[in-house]
Amino acid sequence: MSDRSYLDFEQPLAELEEKIAALRERAKAEGLDVTDAIEVLEKRHEKLERDIFRNLTRWQKYQLSRHPQRPYSLDYIDRITSDFIELHGDRCSGNDQAIVGGLAYFEGHPIVVIGQQKGRNTSENLKRNFGLPHPEGYRKALRLMQLAAKFGRPVLCMVDTPGAFPGLASEQRSISEAIARNLLEMARLPVPIVVAIIGEGASGGALGIGVGDQILMLENAWYSVINPESCSLILWRNRDKRTEAAEAMKIAAEDLLALGIIDCIVPEPYGGAHRNVELAAQNLKKAVSDALAEIVKIPVENLSKLRVEKFNRMGIWEEFR
Amino acid sequence: MNWFNKLKSGIRTLVRKRMPENIWVKCERCEQIVYRKKLEQNTGICPHCKHHFRISSAEYIAAVLDVDSFEEIGREVKSADPLAFVDLQPYPDRIKEYRKRTNMDAAVLAGVGKINDVPVGIAVHEFGFMGGSLGSAEGERICRVIDRCMRDQLPLIIVCRSGGARMQESIFSLMQMAKVNAKLSQFADAGLLFISVLIDPTTAGVNASYASIGDINIAEPNALIGFTGSRITGSSVSASEMEALRQAQRAEQVLEHGFVDMIVSRDKMRSTLSQLIEMLSKNPSEVTS
Ligand SMILES: [Zn+2]
Repeated sequence: MSDRSYLDFEQPLAELEEKIAALRERAKAEGLDVTDAIEVLEKRHEKLERDIFRNLTRWQKYQLSRHPQRPYSLDYIDRITSDFIELHGDRCSGNDQAIVGGLAYFEGHPIVVIGQQKGRNTSENLKRNFGLPHPEGYRKALRLMQLAAKFGRPVLCMVDTPGAFPGLASEQRSISEAIARNLLEMARLPVPIVVAIIGEGASGGALGIGVGDQILMLENAWYSVINPESCSLILWRNRDKRTEAAEAMKIAAEDLLALGIIDCIVPEPYGGAHRNVELAAQNLKKAVSDALAEIVKIPVENLSKLRVEKFNRMGIWEEFR
Repeated sequence: MNWFNKLKSGIRTLVRKRMPENIWVKCERCEQIVYRKKLEQNTGICPHCKHHFRISSAEYIAAVLDVDSFEEIGREVKSADPLAFVDLQPYPDRIKEYRKRTNMDAAVLAGVGKINDVPVGIAVHEFGFMGGSLGSAEGERICRVIDRCMRDQLPLIIVCRSGGARMQESIFSLMQMAKVNAKLSQFADAGLLFISVLIDPTTAGVNASYASIGDINIAEPNALIGFTGSRITGSSVSASEMEALRQAQRAEQVLEHGFVDMIVSRDKMRSTLSQLIEMLSKNPSEVTS
């Protein structure tokens, strides 16, 4: 556990683990029997861990979704598909590396898989632009989806972005147009689309590959119109209301299930997906498999109509005549 | 044509005088003093520097539609508070405040009307209602107009002026982008014409959904059009980068980069829309030269 990185609310666990390790060391050096003492501490650790992870606030889940060790799209692609062949470029102006995509087998069937991809270290993050896609990323995604449509392959989109890139290059090649185009084209794509929000689902940047027949979401992922920090800054005019913002915006998976935005919550291993990537991937695979099994029952010619209806139901307003 | 009288007779109940009540108005760009009547007769364009004043959604409709032709759709659809959202102020209080200020129940005025006797569907963002932001009621109103256009085979005009999605409706506001664009995919499949008019400002969620995907996109001069809204404050972006960004978001630059078809001043908007609709109608009349 030594290379595990701890979030602020996990600090009590870290301290306890340190204590246990120190005790073990001393016992070894001085030849003492500390079995009982360690057992007590480990029990306490177990209880503490349970208390923390059973009652995560939305802000804490947000932190877990951004955990530096959290599995990213390629980690899942590795584990839930086989023979992945990455395809590159939007055939317009470039190849964005914050969105990866290509062909792969899922449970023996060829699919098109697309995912937003963050980096694990500085050099990777430069390459991946910290998971902030440029217009080329969305246009590549659309190209791959249209490839899927042409050959009748289902599409799996994995959402994990802190947002579309808000810089000059993005504006000049119209990130807005790229996202907007995807929203329209995904609505009428004549093949099944499963969307899985695996980490961060920030606003239009997430939605730009997020229209589908079924929307799955990992237990500790978040999805909303803006991140809690920016929301705090804009609505409270103050940086310190991010926990309140996370609560008010209802960014967690169980909120979105209750609100009818997502179709299914994918359970994460105890303490977050990074604590057991294999298990997280297994759970995701099961959920994608179940979703696809349901969608393929729908005649292809009805897919688009149902998808439009699905999104048309989203929203709550008052109505008096 | 007297644009302001048209407005008075056309949609009397909706008249909100957004422009200052005084007889004389100071232009915010050239700082010249303008006779208010003159401004009103000129669709809110400064006679000295051509600056486009912000006019209300009702005034915009009066500026482009035939007199008395507007029939509102979705008026019964009103902004609600789906998440019991409270920031510095409860969201319902904000709605009440803007309702009082604009006499509207949502930030979009939608309906059908005519341009030179040709029926059209139209939706116009009301910037005075929470910055024209997109929430559930706004998305629904737009979708109802699109449905009407599909039923009656009408061209659709959406006049966008919005800071983006409405944060107080959180995920629901984000979903409106998908909801409207999904509906527009059916509209496109029906072979109907969608003209997007982008006026100052059209940013963030609205820009990243229907505003950018008209069959034809028209911008007003100098309008701010872009993904990164004005609210990106306190980020790591430097002042000079921000300046470059804002430059790139001016309508003239957006035209340069290929994302709008043309820039049309407001006093020519009606005739431009009319001509485009005619040229792309199912049975265009022949023009002999
Ligand atoms: Zn002026």
